[in-house]
Amino acid sequence: MDYFLQQLVNGVALGSIYGLIAIGYTMVYGIIGMINFAHGDVFMIGAFTALIAFIVLVSIGVTAIPVALFLVLLIAMALTALYGWVVERIAYRPLRQSFRLAPLISAIGMSIVLQNFVQVSQGARVKPLPPLFEGGFTLFDDGNFPVQLSYVQILIVLTTVALMAGFTYVITRTRLGRDMRACEQDGRMASLLGVNVDRTISLTFVIGAALAAVAGIMYLLYYGVVDFYMGFVAGVKAFTAAVLGGIGSLPGAMIGGLLIGLIETFWSAYFSIEYKDAAAFSILVVVLIFLPTGILGRPEVEKV
Amino acid sequence: MTAEAARFARFDFAGALKSALIAAALALGLFGLLIGVRTDTGPTGALIYWTRFDDLATVVGIVFAGSFLRSLLFGERPLRLDELAARYGLTTARMPRLPGFATFRLGHLLAYAMLGFALVLPILFFNNRYALDLGILVLTYVMLGWGLNIVVGLAGLLDLGYVAFYAVGAYSYALLAQNYELSFWICLPLAGILAAFWGVILGFPVLRLRGDYLAIVTLAFGEIIRIVLLNWQDVTGGPNGISSIPRPSFFGVPFNNNEDGFAALFGLTFSTTHRIVFLFYLILALALLTNWVTIRLRRLPIGRAWEALREDEIACRSIGINTTNTKLTAFAIGAMFGGFAGAFFATRQGFISPESFSFVESALILAIVVLGGMGSQLGVAIAAVVTIGGFELLREFAAYRMLVFGAAMVLIMVWRPRGLIGTRTPSITLGRRKAITASPAGEGRG
Repeated sequence: MDYFLQQLVNGVALGSIYGLIAIGYTMVYGIIGMINFAHGDVFMIGAFTALIAFIVLVSIGVTAIPVALFLVLLIAMALTALYGWVVERIAYRPLRQSFRLAPLISAIGMSIVLQNFVQVSQGARVKPLPPLFEGGFTLFDDGNFPVQLSYVQILIVLTTVALMAGFTYVITRTRLGRDMRACEQDGRMASLLGVNVDRTISLTFVIGAALAAVAGIMYLLYYGVVDFYMGFVAGVKAFTAAVLGGIGSLPGAMIGGLLIGLIETFWSAYFSIEYKDAAAFSILVVVLIFLPTGILGRPEVEKV
Repeated sequence: MTAEAARFARFDFAGALKSALIAAALALGLFGLLIGVRTDTGPTGALIYWTRFDDLATVVGIVFAGSFLRSLLFGERPLRLDELAARYGLTTARMPRLPGFATFRLGHLLAYAMLGFALVLPILFFNNRYALDLGILVLTYVMLGWGLNIVVGLAGLLDLGYVAFYAVGAYSYALLAQNYELSFWICLPLAGILAAFWGVILGFPVLRLRGDYLAIVTLAFGEIIRIVLLNWQDVTGGPNGISSIPRPSFFGVPFNNNEDGFAALFGLTFSTTHRIVFLFYLILALALLTNWVTIRLRRLPIGRAWEALREDEIACRSIGINTTNTKLTAFAIGAMFGGFAGAFFATRQGFISPESFSFVESALILAIVVLGGMGSQLGVAIAAVVTIGGFELLREFAAYRMLVFGAAMVLIMVWRPRGLIGTRTPSITLGRRKAITASPAGEGRG
């Protein structure tokens, strides 16, 4: 039971990270109907930017951890958002009128570019970061297995909840959110009614990338290591989360992320850690085959 | 110069400078941390960093110059009225030039020239082991490209897990040849059949999915197979792979220095190159078989159904084409050739491990198909030569070549989404020949 509770805590923390990445997939899919294959690598860029920014900040004398972390958050979000914008501008926007699979192929190319750019510029070796916050609360301890809730896990869950609240506000209450929902329903009609579709799509990528950057920082704090290849598997898992929750649905992305995080954690804890990635990939296959609309998604009508 | 004249000037220096400055500022933001600061683990194991502002300055400078030249030469300066009219085809009614008969002849000529070169290559380069090995490598990818072309180019199903079938073929051959001591010529068809069988198994559940979902599921299948190969230690040897896989024999005659060896049988002096040359002709024959089967299949109802499926699935269904069978056969036949290529790979290398079957390999094969122009046999062959040749040229810059490769994928999609050979002759036409244009808009897809 204690072991179970501990895995539950770990799973929720991991799931929050996946959920934040999944939002990027689900928004882009909702608005232009493409799988942004490079999104996982944008997440990786976010983690790297955060790592470098943190080291540089510490070395120039910003040693108070909360201040440094806040600055890192801002820098990583801004720079990763820039990546999201540039990727959309270079690789996807020219293809908006192209045949259906063109953006996906272009996105795969972009993913390879981002991965190898980081490999070339930062080296292939895994980069460690010493844990910034040690310790946490012990939820309860009956003598054989103490259930730990670390500060990092609390930080991850609180940040995710705060970002989700802010993000939901943006989508439901602001002009930008209304534009985004309009473009999702019918891009051409939205443009006829005075919505700047190109700008809205760009902003979608920017927001998705900024959230991925936060996920990257969380990942960095949680695992303490980054490498140039981490975006691929994390990206596929987050995409699975988006599909599981119902692609195009924002609460769905969060629910899907939590489910994937929990499944992965419990799978590793009770079955086999070697096959944990295979488990995530299998879930993707099973969900797409048996539940293609996901938990909260709308059934898609096929039009001629 | 009046303001009006300046607007229509050939070169818009101020505008180009402005956009180049913006591009340079963007590049500075993008690369500032990732290129300007290099991190690594220091001697104590902790992370250290040092700055590389010279590299950063170089990259930003290149971006500035590139952007400046680009907007100067092809910039979005305001068009003159006649240019505007020309763009929308209002003045001279210039039809897009369709590739005429001459182009097709040229294509044929080129194809036969390439085939001829491939046939004499082992004779020309008999003493050049490197050229032979490179030739074998290129032909392996030509074959893989043609195999995937059936799935992606003809049937229009984007398969991101093609390397899974390649792996199935390779492991089938390796395990059959090692455990049951079957000869290459028995294992080859078995490997193909097993790969086709897996193609059906994997294809069956995913048939209802649309294009990009299908792509992601095939990717997931490919990864699952790789993870299983990596972890199923008892059978596959895990990350260590399978080594000392039996080498092929010349229809039962081994390539060795013995009395009953190939060289002794044909009265030649023994040379290890004989086996390489044999392998070369073997993969050439396999690739040509793939090509021949594809060309013949395209003329059969099933091939026409594939192409129809690629163009419009709903229309296919409404005229009574069984889309399930059509997709399954495309998957199975594509997988079978992947399996053949895998068996060949295993026997050539003598060693296989899951490392050879990663997602990047799938992306590489897909890039060859896309680069060559989906559906074009000649284009795929040329693309394989260019891609693998380019990889060889950039051998010293191993990391950069993947960077270039990814960028090429993006650029091809942006500039020529239909690939290098963007036109292809339809397999069947009403009356006169009609070319399919390179622009998707020309296909009425808008």
